[in-house]
Parts: sequence; structure tokens; C-alpha cells
Amino acid sequence: MALPLTGPAGGNAITFGRIRRYIARNTLQIAGFIFLAVLIVSAVYNLATGIARPHTLLQNFFFGLSTGSIYALIALGYTLVYGILFMINFAHGEVFMAGGYIGYFAIIFANDRGWLEQHTVFALFFTITIAAIFSVLIAVILERVAYRPLRGAPRLVPLITAIGASIALQQLFLRLFGADSRRYPNVHYYIEVPGCQVCKEIPGGAMGLDLVGGIYKVTLFGLDIRLRPIWFIVLFLACSLMIALWFYIQRTKRGKAMRAVAEDKNTAALMGIDVDGIIVTTFVLGAALAGAAAVLFLIIPGNGQATPFIGFFPGIKAFTAAVLGGIGNIPGAAVGGLFLGVIEAVGPPLWNIDHQLKEIIVFGLLILVLILRPTGIFGEILSKRA
Amino acid sequence: MPDAATDALLRVEGIHTAYGQILAVKGISLEVREGEIVTLIGGNGAGKTTTLNTISAITPASQGCITLGGEEITHLRAHDIVKRGVIQVPEGRKIFGRLTVLENLQMGAFTRNDEAGITADMEQVFALFPRLQERSSQYGGTLSGGEQQMLAIGRALMARPRVLLMDEPSMGLAPMLVQQIFNVIETLNRENNTTILLVEQNALYALNIADRGYVLQSGYITHAGAAADLREDEAIIEAYLGV
Repeated sequence: MALPLTGPAGGNAITFGRIRRYIARNTLQIAGFIFLAVLIVSAVYNLATGIARPHTLLQNFFFGLSTGSIYALIALGYTLVYGILFMINFAHGEVFMAGGYIGYFAIIFANDRGWLEQHTVFALFFTITIAAIFSVLIAVILERVAYRPLRGAPRLVPLITAIGASIALQQLFLRLFGADSRRYPNVHYYIEVPGCQVCKEIPGGAMGLDLVGGIYKVTLFGLDIRLRPIWFIVLFLACSLMIALWFYIQRTKRGKAMRAVAEDKNTAALMGIDVDGIIVTTFVLGAALAGAAAVLFLIIPGNGQATPFIGFFPGIKAFTAAVLGGIGNIPGAAVGGLFLGVIEAVGPPLWNIDHQLKEIIVFGLLILVLILRPTGIFGEILSKRA
Repeated sequence: MPDAATDALLRVEGIHTAYGQILAVKGISLEVREGEIVTLIGGNGAGKTTTLNTISAITPASQGCITLGGEEITHLRAHDIVKRGVIQVPEGRKIFGRLTVLENLQMGAFTRNDEAGITADMEQVFALFPRLQERSSQYGGTLSGGEQQMLAIGRALMARPRVLLMDEPSMGLAPMLVQQIFNVIETLNRENNTTILLVEQNALYALNIADRGYVLQSGYITHAGAAADLREDEAIIEAYLGV
């Protein structure tokens, strides 16, 4: 970059001018980088000085993985619809809520019949299925009534409609079922584990684990932490669903058609693909994942109760996760969700802030991503389209 | 060539098609008989692509009637028209860039469920275009222009077309490739008896392989007739053949 013909003073002046212009042009990015650097430095400092206690971090990491896998499931719904219609379905949080809410009635139904106690796995599967079906129903109606008539309208129009649909669904559930919180019953699913150190006594007298409701002291990497088996079950189930989705999209004929529609709707129609049908399929897949995610979310003890408004935060966090991973990108949504769940759980102890401020971390992260890498972590797809 | 083919396989009668307020096609009628190559020639903006897209129901007709083998298909949706065997090779090839070559071909066969037949047709396509077999696992977007045109034609053949609508297959290709593509089109017609409606700006080439032709100008058909006659027509020579 050095200009050989200018003297030392002139050279400095040019460089200085360049720096000034660079700063003027990229103020936001530079501020973002500085903020990121401060975050990293303070995290390292807190770790080194022991302000961030390792066992809290480790324990929260595992909890964060389970929450994150739920965010990932919801985020897939945003990303699938965006990939095909280039619209953010802001009512997706309410599709999640509808699943969780109807899931409540399903699990109570199962509980009243004693299924929850005697056939726990079946009862949970039943609850998840009913929740997924209802979420799908809501999403299909939403697509037909609110979005399809607006296809071809400017992109802002369906976006605003989605926000309207989101409020309408909240209010619908509020009027139909009232504002009461509906707590999922405590679920216990005991398995006998002979010779297990961390187990407690289970009904019947043997030593074992309560896979859903239990919490156990475990020593990991020399740290005493408390873990819930349900975290790992949720993580496992969510990952299985995501792998199934990936397989569907990559390998099946309809999945390939979905990618074709995402790329070029008219040409897809020229292949004989029913484009509207594929769009509905996309909504169905996203909604089914969201409905299942809602039950998984509410079954984890400590995650709160079903209300008409529970869709808001998980929904907007999952949206953040989708943006983080690069919206429209399926592995991106999965990774973004997991990352967000972990950072949200680990962040408060890591930066020594109140746990209730975790939302600040999430949305601060969203702003940082939008400033520093608007296309997200895996964002090549978006940049190609832009 | 079947000489008894007096009944049109594809008949278009008085179609009008508009983009918003602007009429692009203003009452076009044409017919394609079984086993024919019919070409539609004309300058930019004459309405050639719109005519094909109207037949394919991508831009539906506001007036007029389209029949296939006597059955009206005017108001069917695009994918139902494909199911009936009217297959378009779109302008600019429109390969799915993020699908592999193989997946692109599979999408061509989307409406079919006869696995054995699909496999057999895939082999035929690979025999016609060995290049595609070499690149079958590559993404469509990584192919060269000529290869993409081969893929676009191969993809359409996978649907076992009754009528093949081809929109400017020679566009943007090197002269040597243009000749090759026209040879392929001729082969498809002569050997597989595929019925083809060919839109071309490259009028000379098109009229050389076609049985009949229509000349479009600003949304109207100005000339129609046997390709050999059109090749001799002074007005057409001056306007489109550039001799």
C-alpha cells in the first residue's frame, strides 16, 4: 500500500487519512468488533479469576443444549418458510404456542386416564402427536387464509400480515381459553439402573432414574453439577427430528421438489411440481416440529406453563437463531439454535450478570450478528440471492 | 412422418395474454400436429416466450382456448399441464443450480412413478448426452452453458413429452454448440417422433429443421406456412434471416 514517491510525512498523512475514512465508513462494524472483543476479554477474565464458576457454567451448558435444541426445532420452521417464500413467518411463535396449549389438554386427557403413569412413553408420544397435529392445522389455515392471497405482493405486506396473524392467534387463544397459566402435570418415568452411583430410590424400592422429572448430582470433570436426564432426552429427540428432516429434504422426491421450488417456482411448476402443495408441505413440516418442540419445552421442569403468550419469546429467540445460522439455511438453523440456547444459559454466569438479563444476551447477539455478519454463520445462500 | 396427421395435437386458438395492463399476446392461433416440428420465430418482444408460457399456464391466457388432443387445457394449472405431457424447456435453461445433475433429471420425471421406465429414460438421456453422465453428481450451477442446455433438454425428455415446447435452445451458445443442439432436436423428432414447438431467434436454423413455421410480430402472427415457403419469403428473409 505504501506509495514510494511520497516522503515519510506525506505517507503518514495518506495512511492517517485512509484510517479516518475507513473508520467513518465502518463505524458500526468497528463498534461491533470492539463490543465483541470486550465480551471475549471479560469472559476470559471472569473464567481466569473464578468469578464465573466452572460448575455453574458446565451445568448451564447442558441445560442450554436442551433449550437450544428446542430453539433449533422452532428455527427450522422460520428457515424453511423463508427458504421458499422469502418471508419471515412471525406467527410461527404462535404455531408453537398452539401446540403447547393443545398439548396441555392432551396431556391432561392422558393423565386422567392414567396413561401418564402407566404408559408414560405412549402418553408423551400421544401428547406430542396431538400438539404437532394442532400446530400443523393452525399453520395450514394461516397459509391458506393469510399468506397465499398475498403471494406476489411486495415482501413487506406478508411480513406485516404475519405480525397481525401472530396477535390474532394470541387473542384467539386468550378469548377461547382465558389467561390462566396451564401447568403441565409433573411427569415421572422411572427406569431401574442397577449399580448406578447417582441414582435415587424409585417407587418399588430399587435404585434407578426418573428420566423425565428427576434431577441428579453428578461429578463431571471433577465438578459437582446437577443434571436432569430429560435435557439429554430432549436433545436426542430434537436431533433425531432434525436429522429426519434433513434426510427428507435431501433424499426424498418431495424434498428435492421442495428445494427446486425454493430455487425457482415457475421452473418447478414446469417440472409438474404442484408449487402450492409444496409450500403447504413446508408449513406442515415447520409446524409439526414447532408443535413437538412446544411439548418438549413445557415438559422440562422449570420452563414455565402454557399461556396464550408463551410463543413470543421462544419464537423470537428461534428467529434470532435462524438469523444467526443464516436464514434459509437448514443446518444453520440447527447450529444457530443450539448456539443460542447455550450462550443464553452460559452467558449470565460467564459475564456475571443476573440470570433474568439473559434476553439481553440473546438480542444483543442478534444485533451483533446483523452488524458484523448479516448473512449469518452459514449465510452463503442469502448472499447469492441478494 | 405420419401423413394422416391432419388433426392437431396441440391447438391454440385466439389467445390473449397480458402482463398487468400490457397485452403481450393479442389473439394468436396456431397448431402443432403429431410428429411435427413447428417453429415460432420473431424479434425481441414479439410474444414468443409469452405464447409458450401461456400454453404452459405460467402466464395464463385472459382469452382464447388451448386444446391438447382435443381436450381443453386452457384453465388447468401449470403442473397439471405437465402431467398431460406438454413439457417446456424454458428460455435461459433454468437449471436448478443447487440440485445435482441427477436430481435435475429426477425433477424432470417428477410426475412419473414408473421407476423402471424412469431408469431406462435416464439411460437414454445419458446416451444422448454422455457429458451429463460424467457430471451427474455435480451441481447444476457448475455446468457450462452448453451442458446446461443439454441438461435442460434431458430434463424435459425425462417427462416423456407428448409435445415439447422449446424456448430459444440456442440462446447464448457458441456456434458449434448451436449446430449440435439443433442436430439433437432434429434427432429427437426424426427418431423418437417427438412433437416439438420450437421458439427461436435463430430463424434460419429453425426453419431448416422445421416442418412449418409461424412468424410473430408485436403479439400477432404475421406469416404462417410450410418452413420451406417461409425460407423463400422475401419479407421474412429481409426481417429475420438477415441475408
